[in-house]
Amino acid sequence: MNGVMKSSLILRTMAPLVLWLALPVSIIVLIQGHNNPGGGFVGGLVAAAGVIFYALGRGPEAARVIMRVPPATLCGAGILLAALSGLPALLDPSAAFLTHLWWMTDYGLGTALIFDIGVYLTVVGTATAIFLALIRG
Amino acid sequence: METLFAITIGILVAASVYLFLARDLPRMLIGFILLGMAVNLLILVAGRIGSIVPALVPAAETALLQGTANPLPQALVLTAIVIGFGLAAFALMLIVKSQRLMGTVIPEEMGEAEGDEAATGVALPGEPDRRKDAA
Amino acid sequence: MQLLLIAPLLIPLCAAGITAIFWSRPDIQRPIGLAAACLLLGSSVALLSAAWAIGPLVGQMGGWRAPFGITIIIDVFSAIMLVITGLMAVAVAIYAMGPGAVERDKAGFQPLFHSLILGVAGAFSTGDIFNLYVWFEVMLIASFGLLVLDRTREQIDGGLRYVMLNLVGTIFFLMGVGLLYGLTGTLNLADIARLAPEIENQGALAAVGVLLLIAFGAKAAVFPIFNWLPAAYHTASMPVAAIFAALLTKVGVYAIIRVFTLIFAHDTAFFGPIIGVIAMATMVTGVFGAASHYDVRRILSFHIISQIGYMLVGIALMTPLAIAGSVFYVVHHIIVKANLFLIAGVIREEGGFFGLRRLGGLWVTKPLLGLLFLIPALSLAGLPPLSGFWGKFAVIRAGLEAEAYILAGVALSVGLLTLFSMIKIWNEAFWKAAPVAPTGTVKGDEPPATRWTRRERAASYVPIMALAALTLTIGLWTEPFAALSMAAAEGLLDRQGYIEAVLGTPQLAELTGGVE
Repeated sequence: MNGVMKSSLILRTMAPLVLWLALPVSIIVLIQGHNNPGGGFVGGLVAAAGVIFYALGRGPEAARVIMRVPPATLCGAGILLAALSGLPALLDPSAAFLTHLWWMTDYGLGTALIFDIGVYLTVVGTATAIFLALIRG
Repeated sequence: METLFAITIGILVAASVYLFLARDLPRMLIGFILLGMAVNLLILVAGRIGSIVPALVPAAETALLQGTANPLPQALVLTAIVIGFGLAAFALMLIVKSQRLMGTVIPEEMGEAEGDEAATGVALPGEPDRRKDAA
Repeated sequence: MQLLLIAPLLIPLCAAGITAIFWSRPDIQRPIGLAAACLLLGSSVALLSAAWAIGPLVGQMGGWRAPFGITIIIDVFSAIMLVITGLMAVAVAIYAMGPGAVERDKAGFQPLFHSLILGVAGAFSTGDIFNLYVWFEVMLIASFGLLVLDRTREQIDGGLRYVMLNLVGTIFFLMGVGLLYGLTGTLNLADIARLAPEIENQGALAAVGVLLLIAFGAKAAVFPIFNWLPAAYHTASMPVAAIFAALLTKVGVYAIIRVFTLIFAHDTAFFGPIIGVIAMATMVTGVFGAASHYDVRRILSFHIISQIGYMLVGIALMTPLAIAGSVFYVVHHIIVKANLFLIAGVIREEGGFFGLRRLGGLWVTKPLLGLLFLIPALSLAGLPPLSGFWGKFAVIRAGLEAEAYILAGVALSVGLLTLFSMIKIWNEAFWKAAPVAPTGTVKGDEPPATRWTRRERAASYVPIMALAALTLTIGLWTEPFAALSMAAAEGLLDRQGYIEAVLGTPQLAELTGGVE
């Protein structure tokens, strides 16, 4: 904490607003990645940017509290989700791992979306872990 | 276009080599980042520069249209950027840590891991202390 | 079959994910970690028997056809490496329950350890050169984290040296991959191997080969880019140092063997002498570096470098016997070297120090440890009937058959110097009388604060005994292991078989028509 400068009133007030703006946008970016620019990686970065902005305004401890789970847990859950998204393909014995199945093609619902959510969680976890470690030291 | 790329890559490599020769680690890290950029450009050139139409499939189509850019080098560069970012972030953390723990970012001034006699030639009773002699 | 093929990747990946979810719960992490390591070993053994019976096993990830998607291919050589990786994972997972386990697990040992295993297993099973680069980086980032686990000054310093040199190696690899793509228009190893002899600009291909040799050489710690290894390995905590010593450099060796038998095999006249000289210089510098040191960990670190030289002899000579010798040597070396590092950790617990001048008299107090040390130490030096003898025998005999007398001579004399180093450790730590209680502490070599419990002792001794038993088995019952190495070498030299396994014969005809 000692390394962080006391942030201005404006930054402190804006921090939650930016966070709650960033989260829905990140989800939209995640979902539209099916057919347009976007996806789990970019979405995750947008969400992480929101959290990092919050940490700048209210301090890293407050950011940890609002994340509820440690960044490593997010990371682990994301990795696990991405890995498991390849398994349904193996129900068909001739198909290869990570062959993606689609349930509702029009909306982009399928195992690829699960994979993308995994990427999203991993990116949020990693980016916030790096940043929180850097400002805490 | 290739010539422009070649010159840019050359400038980037020259700058990074200059930075690698510096004594302190932050400069070396910037050198590494610049070198990474140069290699990313190299991959783009190696994949042939042709069209600049983004490699996106239009809504009604099932395959890429003729005349779009080669998406593979772009995918490679994207992966390489992400990996390079991770490596650079980790190296930066280590440099910050070494500044906090040892008060220096110059490798020669650390001498913790390479201190040759440190864990080896320690003086036993009745033996000259080789570490002191060396100093 | 598809599930089995990706099991070596899926198991450590899931283990890393689950242990990361339970970040602050070592009591949950440890059984999961050990179970994952055992599963990895089991699935690798199944893969080895399948690859031995029916040849290379191939899977195209996501169902994308061969040169376009990412190929996973496991031939006998890959399967051998996977089995040995699984074995090391189990040994180190048990050993890591020994002294210092609580601090290590709190710092995130388990997720990083399994990420490292994931990177190593990925590098052994991929058939795509850019994918190989990605697995290298997975392994590298995990190894960064593991190296500085305790965050001591010594570790940060050693870590910085390790990180900086490896970053440069990474860039060289990327450059080589980019240029190779520019030359062939493909990243699939089999496809590159198919196109490589037909490329007009063979000079550019040779330049790519040199770039890749530098990149893999930096990972394998060959002369003259080995400095990062002795600067860093001895600072890591002992289970980490053991898994590094066992696997990290060997992934570099694996990449050299794989790429140079597959892509540059038609240019042996150019690369053979270069690799031969590098191999000799690596052997000699490593062994001399070891001779000048008095810290168990640093002696062992330098010996890794020296042994890498032997593994390169096969690639320098490119004969079936030489490559089989290299494969056998890699397997033998992984087992023996990991065991020596594990023993070094026990020497420190029992004797109090790593520095040889402060140790002594362990033979009287701990005869079992002395015996357990002698098995891998003499095997490393190449004394019959231990495993190292057969490895050296194959390499040197291949050298003599290929009339590379200097290479064979250097390999022989370096073996003698290795024996000298091992006897030095034996004399100083075990044989000479224990020194009078030394005064003062030395950075990085303070005696352990508390005595260990019975459970910790068991966790330390069980893997050491198992690996020593394995060394003896390989030494006394060599035939099956030699046959496996021969099969791996034949698979490596059968480029056409590899290409056809990945691309398929009909597809091959279709593709040759469509090359630009």
